[in-house]
Amino acid sequence: MKIAIASGKGGTGKTTLSVNLASFLAESRKVVLCDLDVEEPNSGLFIKGKLIHREDKFKMIPEWEKDRCTLCGHCHKVCNFHAVIQLGDQIMVFPELCHSCYACSELCPVDALPMIPQKMGELKQFKKEELSFVESRLDIGQEQAVPLIAQTLEYLDKNFDDDFIKLYDAPPGTSCPVIEATKDADFVILITEPTPFGLHDLKLAVDTMRELKKDFGIIVNRHGIGNNDVLTYCQKENIPVLSKLLNDRRVAELYSRGNLIYQKIPEFKKQIENIADYILKLQKEGIR
Amino acid sequence: MKIAFTTKGIEWNSMMDPRFGRTEFIALYDEEKDELTNVDNRSIESVAHGAGPQTAQKLFDLKPDVLITGNGPGGNAGRVLAQANLKIFIGAGNMTVKEAYDAYKKGELKNSK
Repeated sequence: MKIAIASGKGGTGKTTLSVNLASFLAESRKVVLCDLDVEEPNSGLFIKGKLIHREDKFKMIPEWEKDRCTLCGHCHKVCNFHAVIQLGDQIMVFPELCHSCYACSELCPVDALPMIPQKMGELKQFKKEELSFVESRLDIGQEQAVPLIAQTLEYLDKNFDDDFIKLYDAPPGTSCPVIEATKDADFVILITEPTPFGLHDLKLAVDTMRELKKDFGIIVNRHGIGNNDVLTYCQKENIPVLSKLLNDRRVAELYSRGNLIYQKIPEFKKQIENIADYILKLQKEGIR
Repeated sequence: MKIAFTTKGIEWNSMMDPRFGRTEFIALYDEEKDELTNVDNRSIESVAHGAGPQTAQKLFDLKPDVLITGNGPGGNAGRVLAQANLKIFIGAGNMTVKEAYDAYKKGELKNSK
């Protein structure tokens, strides 16, 4: 069972929910938490597990071999991303624009654009008590999160069987990295805050999940601030509200120290427990 | 000298386009022939990625000696234009093409390299 925790707006509590829910569930179930916010993974700050595996991750980028090239121009015409261009008698490749689709390389009649691995980041696996934790981190200067997210999900599929509850801490927003991080989830939790900003971005996230035909539910974090518009919206749109997490200064204090919150605040633990029950019920019903 | 401008129109009194990659037109003034021609670049609007290099490629093919623009090309376009042996002048984003040309002639525009 795969659960993605996404948000639309940033800073609404994806990581807080992910690490607390994962740690709580791991007390009684097989759980792996995966931080897919590869541009700035931060779940690890709260997990602090023991490193048990690390590997470099690569993407494939074409490299121009001048001596073979006949300057036929196929390569730059087939590139949808303008990552390959021809300037007079030169071919230039822009690795930051390349989506590793292989079109230029495969369609080159003289094999003048072989695909070469280029390091884009690293993956690490940790263990903290019964919880497994995987995070990937893009190298500085790398612009594309999607290939690394895709490879991280492949790693999870290979290393954790279907008995595991897999929780994905997704990136914020609604663009390609979020699509990649949620597209194979069985259920998506959208966490938001009850403010006009939260609602605005929540609507975008809801539209995205509907486009992807995902089952999803909403958690309102910091319930009590802002206004009631998020709840009114959910009711009108018939979207289940899984929980209204309390707005409590102690939560922020614990978070700022990198502590898990459910271990210190009983009311919060009760709320996490209810969310966990919801997930376990989904699992039992075999949501697909 | 051939001078290229990033523009929002095709006349001397058209406004300059401050953007490089997503400029609507590239106007080209050939000083010897005293002729102002243009390349329509408006199809770039629908391009999500790589507008800079693509426009730079079009510009490269025009073989100008000078480029006059507004904000200046970004990193990717800059890499292309570095191959083109081209002088780039920036800061003409809020002028008409004519004003930009006059400012260039008087040496009032900033050289970006």
